[in-house]
Amino acid sequence: MAYRHVVGPRTHVFADLATLMAKATPVRSGDRLAGIAAESAEENAAARWCLAEVPLSEILARPLIPYEQDDVTRLILDTHDEAAFREITHLTVGDFREFLLTATPEVLTRIAPGVTPEIAAAVSKIMRNQDLISVARKVRVVTRFRNTIGLPGTLAVRLQPNHPTDDPKGITAAILDGLTLGCGDAVIGINPASDSVQALGDLLQLLDGVIQKHAIPTQACVLTHVTTTLAAMERGLPVDLVFQSIAGTEKANAGFGVTLALLKEAHEAALALKRGPLGDNCMYFETGQGSALSADAHHGIDQQTLEARAYAVARSFRPLLVNTVVGFIGPEYLYDGKEIIRAGLEDHFCGKLMGVPLGVDVCYTNHAEADQDDMDTLLTLLGAAGCTYIMGVPGADDVMLNYQSTSFHDSLYLREVLGLKRAPEFEAWLHGIGLTDEAGALLPGAGAPLLTAAPDLAA
Amino acid sequence: MSDPREIWARLAGLTPARIGLGRAGSGLPTREVLRFGLDHAQARDAVHAPMDSEALTGAIADLRLRTIPVASQAADRATYLRRPDLGRRLDPEDLARLQAEAEPADLVIVVADGLSARAVHENAAPLLEAFKPLAETAGWRLAPVVIARQARVALGDAIGAALKARAVAVLIGERPCLSSPDSLGIYLTLDPKIGRSDAERNCISNVRNAGLSHERAAFKLHWLLARALTLGLSGVTLKDESDRALEAGGAAPALPHSTAD
Repeated sequence: MAYRHVVGPRTHVFADLATLMAKATPVRSGDRLAGIAAESAEENAAARWCLAEVPLSEILARPLIPYEQDDVTRLILDTHDEAAFREITHLTVGDFREFLLTATPEVLTRIAPGVTPEIAAAVSKIMRNQDLISVARKVRVVTRFRNTIGLPGTLAVRLQPNHPTDDPKGITAAILDGLTLGCGDAVIGINPASDSVQALGDLLQLLDGVIQKHAIPTQACVLTHVTTTLAAMERGLPVDLVFQSIAGTEKANAGFGVTLALLKEAHEAALALKRGPLGDNCMYFETGQGSALSADAHHGIDQQTLEARAYAVARSFRPLLVNTVVGFIGPEYLYDGKEIIRAGLEDHFCGKLMGVPLGVDVCYTNHAEADQDDMDTLLTLLGAAGCTYIMGVPGADDVMLNYQSTSFHDSLYLREVLGLKRAPEFEAWLHGIGLTDEAGALLPGAGAPLLTAAPDLAA
Repeated sequence: MSDPREIWARLAGLTPARIGLGRAGSGLPTREVLRFGLDHAQARDAVHAPMDSEALTGAIADLRLRTIPVASQAADRATYLRRPDLGRRLDPEDLARLQAEAEPADLVIVVADGLSARAVHENAAPLLEAFKPLAETAGWRLAPVVIARQARVALGDAIGAALKARAVAVLIGERPCLSSPDSLGIYLTLDPKIGRSDAERNCISNVRNAGLSHERAAFKLHWLLARALTLGLSGVTLKDESDRALEAGGAAPALPHSTAD
């Protein structure tokens, strides 16, 4: 069914819901590359007027990719919570925006299982950045493994101690650096240079050794393919979290070498290990706008809507952590700081609205029109929006993946400006070591208490 | 315990990551802010500086290799960055010109700006200089070297097909990172034709003075091409075991005499 909107003498016609949503999306290079972006500023604005009139029940009734063709569509519809949806079923997209701005945190938590990715994406397209921030801020998604992530007033940090050749001493030195700067409560997570099970095993043992020896209330992860992690679990290696990159269509997931069944198998294997004393959220997913297009698996759907569909995949596995790697994919998908900032806020909003513990890798590559000032802006906005976690990379320069993310220092800045605490168990550990004061602020002294308490790490 | 600053200085030597930076309140010390800014500036310049085809042509002519300049369908840098699809397609006139030049060849080498013209300026000619004697010893017929502007790796498929070469090696500026704005990548593809996937290529990366040396990279390219031509395949099924060959010494031709650079 076509959608129409009249602006003065012109009638804008949108062939179907996918077209309408694509044209209503704030313009970005990836949708242009796919040939589906609005062709004029007026068309973009007209599509938003038109989209605002669409009932949520109609979005639910018209899957963008047919049920028979795509297992992510099947997952979305088969797990849709009708009772939760009843509260919003009478609303249009425009009404829904106002509902969200008015709703209490309790209401937002209640409706989350009834919000499909397409509904979250649709409403985000007619929201300004401040709307995306104020609504996301009200949603709280709390998860647990060896600590508690996502409590109100907290921000966690993934300590990312990557090394170009997985050198254990180099990785350990970066872990020590991050810990002394108060980072690592979300996870200590390594992107390995090697994809062999042997190398994975060495890194898992290293991380497990550090966490156990010093009783650090956090979890470990080596971000390798899920099949490699499954092999590691079969060999009895210490796996806290199972990692996988995921996307919003069956075909794009196939490009990552995964199926929903494979993820389920890995999830069940990790649950059976029962390594989380506080909770059993044991999955870690990464996503990012543009991944479906780059795998030629986008079905003519805009990249932001497809990104939200990836959160539906994540949601079904009750993950501890999910983050969009917002500026990593390059300028052909998100061209500059403005597009990256918008996408980061959209992704965070959609994830939270759907009940997913969303963090953001605030990042860029050197061929994008972006710099540290853009990242400071997005970081600060995400702090205001109640982002679950960010990355902590030494000096913001990842020497293995060759991109710029946020630094340990960036998290200190955000805590100072917005008064954000760490996961409470990790906060208490830092204080117990003598690295922080009562309020959680780092004490001077270049991390001397930890260097004394953990001479093995400084060896 | 010794001075924490001494410990951090020692630990910093264990990784290229930026650790032990110190802090000013919650921020970085001024020197670190400035160092990062300079590194980013160099990476940005590497992305945006245009390739100096004239100088490259001269340097390659000095090696007694003929060159043909071509361009992709991406008209400028801004288009190139937004439209990777255009960077993979040959300008129609250049395509016709290459087809007119086609003569049976074992290898065409494409020198492509990619995301760092600086990498090409600094590394392409030295790499060719190291590779040429190996190719001559092997008896391979080389097509003219194609110098490609606003080019992605897959442009080599169109070039190789147009020239009817058995294989194409694309020497291309890699995406600059903060620590290496000058890194050259080499992508080898057997039986080039439009539509080849990345899984059908072998990659030699980080070719630069501070990374993989030109001599070693040339040796690897020679090793991979010899295997590819013999086995009739390139890509993930062709494993790069050239390091073992280099250590063993006798399994492949010796390294060329060191160049006078």
